[in-house]
Amino acid sequence: MNQQSGHVVIAGAGHAGGSAAAMLRQFGWQGAITLIGEEPIPPYQRPPLSKAWLKGEATAESLALRPASFYPSATIDLRLGVRVTGIDRAAKTVTLSAEGAEGGTLPYDYLILALGARARRLPLPGTDLGGVLELRSVADADQLKAALHPGARLAVIGGGYIGLEAAASARALGAEVTVIERESRVLARVACPILSDFFQAFHRGQGVTIEVDAQVAALEGVDGRVTGVRLGDGRLIPCDVALVGVGAVANDELARAAGLTCHNGVAVDLAARTDDPAIFAIGDCTSRPLPLYDRTGRLESVPNALEQAKQAASMICGKPAPTPEVPWFWSDQYDLRLQIAGIPFDTTEIAVRGDVEAGTFALFHLTADGTVQAVEAVNASTEFMGGRRIIARRKRLTRARIEDVSVSMQELAA
Amino acid sequence: MPRITYIEHNGTEHAIQVPVGKSVMQGAVDNNVPGIDADCGGECACATCHVYVDAAWLDKVGLPPAGSQEASMLSFAAVTQPDSRLSCQIPVTDALDGLVVRMPEGQH
Repeated sequence: MNQQSGHVVIAGAGHAGGSAAAMLRQFGWQGAITLIGEEPIPPYQRPPLSKAWLKGEATAESLALRPASFYPSATIDLRLGVRVTGIDRAAKTVTLSAEGAEGGTLPYDYLILALGARARRLPLPGTDLGGVLELRSVADADQLKAALHPGARLAVIGGGYIGLEAAASARALGAEVTVIERESRVLARVACPILSDFFQAFHRGQGVTIEVDAQVAALEGVDGRVTGVRLGDGRLIPCDVALVGVGAVANDELARAAGLTCHNGVAVDLAARTDDPAIFAIGDCTSRPLPLYDRTGRLESVPNALEQAKQAASMICGKPAPTPEVPWFWSDQYDLRLQIAGIPFDTTEIAVRGDVEAGTFALFHLTADGTVQAVEAVNASTEFMGGRRIIARRKRLTRARIEDVSVSMQELAA
Repeated sequence: MPRITYIEHNGTEHAIQVPVGKSVMQGAVDNNVPGIDADCGGECACATCHVYVDAAWLDKVGLPPAGSQEASMLSFAAVTQPDSRLSCQIPVTDALDGLVVRMPEGQH
């Protein structure tokens, strides 16, 4: 395939799909690009939905990945309110949920699956009540925003990042918030106990009630509207609105149905290739190699979406695959900025650099031989940035040296 | 509308009109200028919108205050120089009409 011809179809117009379309043009792709999105609006950034957007500090314009005028100006055929419902790999066509110009099917030379993930649903009574919400899309965020006003009672089921960010925003809007967590601490799946304790204490200090070791038995309501969350121990947490934030599930059904290898996500290599050379997959829907850690896994993050968008666009445009990046994540809650580099696989020791009490610190996760696998930094961007470099270089450090703040990050990373 | 010239590492120039109130980063992203990745969308969390400010404009644009979030993020960004800035932290004003910024070799 040369760069003058060929049709790239991108299924999914989220952060990954939207970025892939833009990068194809940046990298010189001259052929047709069709970007197909289920939502009614052009690609936008999801991270602000639980933060600035919820608090009314963002506009539709600032949320958008690029202005709406970008797509026609870059000759990207953006089709909104349309879903890809099937892939015929032999014929190299996709079937669309709405009538398209090709009578419901669209031919491709390359297909990029950017199908995203969806909020995990709770298999419990009452989840269909009005006021029981999830937070993935701008439509979800708008429903939540409409319910959050001074004195409104929000129950957050799940103490993960989405739940805690929404809790912080809800407090800023004057709502009363209870976070209900099944495990013994918030962020149990994604952070170490020191970080969990810190965030738990911080949220409580901001007036959030946190219930840990709390099973949810049912959501209860009156006249079809939620009025409370019934816990396993019989207690009722009264609420006007409930947000369910208990993880996400990869949208890999389309790939499975087409016979592509999937393991909790569409299996891809470090160039975002699936086992069909004409099909790539990027973003939350993929299960990808984690080369630093000799594993595969699913990364639900914007940096991952962009990294894989760049991989797919590079391959299609005949450029070398980009150097793998250290996975990273961020979360803003109140005036706390959490930045995480790497993933703490196989670690045996945590070095604490800085002052946890003062809210400015970084946790370095070390393996038995002192290799730094991950850094969790709270209001400590220098440690985050230095940590990213240390992880990329597979540097080994001792706990004592990391904790000695008279040794600068420049020296540690050198 | 202020005009900003973005120069890619390979020398390709992009002269772009950017509305007052947007950031220098946003001007590049809105127009799909290669070389500014802006992974975090302007939150000063990723250091992938790094630019070098042209010497003639350094006084007007200024440098990040010591100890600021931007200075911390720049401390380990790829290939920094004394004229390095994160372009998401430079708001476009009429006074910056004609600004020239150059992109580093890479953002990662």
